[in-house]
Amino acid sequence: MAQRPTAPRGRNPEQTGQAAWMATEKVNAELFTLTYGAIVRQVLHDYEDCVEDVNKKLDSMGFDIGCRLVEDFLAKTSTTRCGDFKETAEVVAKVGLRLFLGIGTRVGEWNPEGTECVITLDTNPLADFVELPEKYRDLSFSQMLCGVIRGALEMVSVRVTCEWARDALRGGDGYAIRLL
Amino acid sequence: MQRKGPQISSVDRPLPKGKSEVSLSAFAFLFSEIVQYHRTRASSIAELERRLEDAGTGVGVRMLEILSYREKGNRREIRLQGILQFINTNIWRCLFGKVADSLEVYNDDEYVISDRSPLVNRFISVPKDLGDLNCAAFVAGIIKGVLDIAGFPAEVSAYYAPVEGQIHPRTNFFMKFSPEVLDREARLGT
Repeated sequence: MAQRPTAPRGRNPEQTGQAAWMATEKVNAELFTLTYGAIVRQVLHDYEDCVEDVNKKLDSMGFDIGCRLVEDFLAKTSTTRCGDFKETAEVVAKVGLRLFLGIGTRVGEWNPEGTECVITLDTNPLADFVELPEKYRDLSFSQMLCGVIRGALEMVSVRVTCEWARDALRGGDGYAIRLL
Repeated sequence: MQRKGPQISSVDRPLPKGKSEVSLSAFAFLFSEIVQYHRTRASSIAELERRLEDAGTGVGVRMLEILSYREKGNRREIRLQGILQFINTNIWRCLFGKVADSLEVYNDDEYVISDRSPLVNRFISVPKDLGDLNCAAFVAGIIKGVLDIAGFPAEVSAYYAPVEGQIHPRTNFFMKFSPEVLDREARLGT
């Protein structure tokens, strides 16, 4: 079997993420988007439109994904232990989100203690083509992504709270995740 | 959270080119989670497959819409052969990055698309107690969604077909069309 190309170690998270993204196999984002939409619709149906429960369920599904995904992440990026939370946030944003979703991100809005930050996403492939009808206005459509980050970090002994700070589907300006 | 004025709806924006990508592992993780989710809620293998198929149907419906704008210049397919070719090549290429391995006729109303290794099955190994579960039922659902919405109602199912001399069986997607489709085909002539 041909050896899988391993990502060369870049100097900063941005480069590591970019290199890992180049090396990984990819699929069409529309297949991903529509498949994600299908599961959200199914969960909404199964929970009889109780938006609060749906948000929770999506989050816990994401958590399960995160627990398994972290292994894949470590194998592909050869990331070493992060020194502090700032570094962790950088790695999640620049390496993690780049590697799996191929999107650009910015980390900012740190609080003075350095325990809380906001990751701004350039685009959100989970929510392409999506519009929320009025009755689902409180639905956190992409909640699964927060669960994934929470689950993955839990596996490397970093306990975080992760939520959407801005969600364009709910009238926010762009997409951003708060990490604390 | 309050809504801020009217938003630009996704139909007012230009149609995306469909070139963007996500990593295969992201899709694989998502799909596996979907299978898990349905597994906890289905009481039998047949039901699990039916649920996966239902999930796929929604994807198929939307795929047809987007691809008929993007690749067919808004033209509608009215012939059976045409729509099958469209699924075999355009839909497959868009979703899985390659055309399906073959398209065959069994009877007049029965067609089979076959794929050596469907993308969704690549990272899935089915435990013994689930027997011949084929998670490509999801893809069968996609095909069904496309056919139904294009006006060719059909029953679609996915099953394993062993290939001589190879360990991994192919996956066949078996389509059986409703009688009215064939009536119309006969009326339209050759």
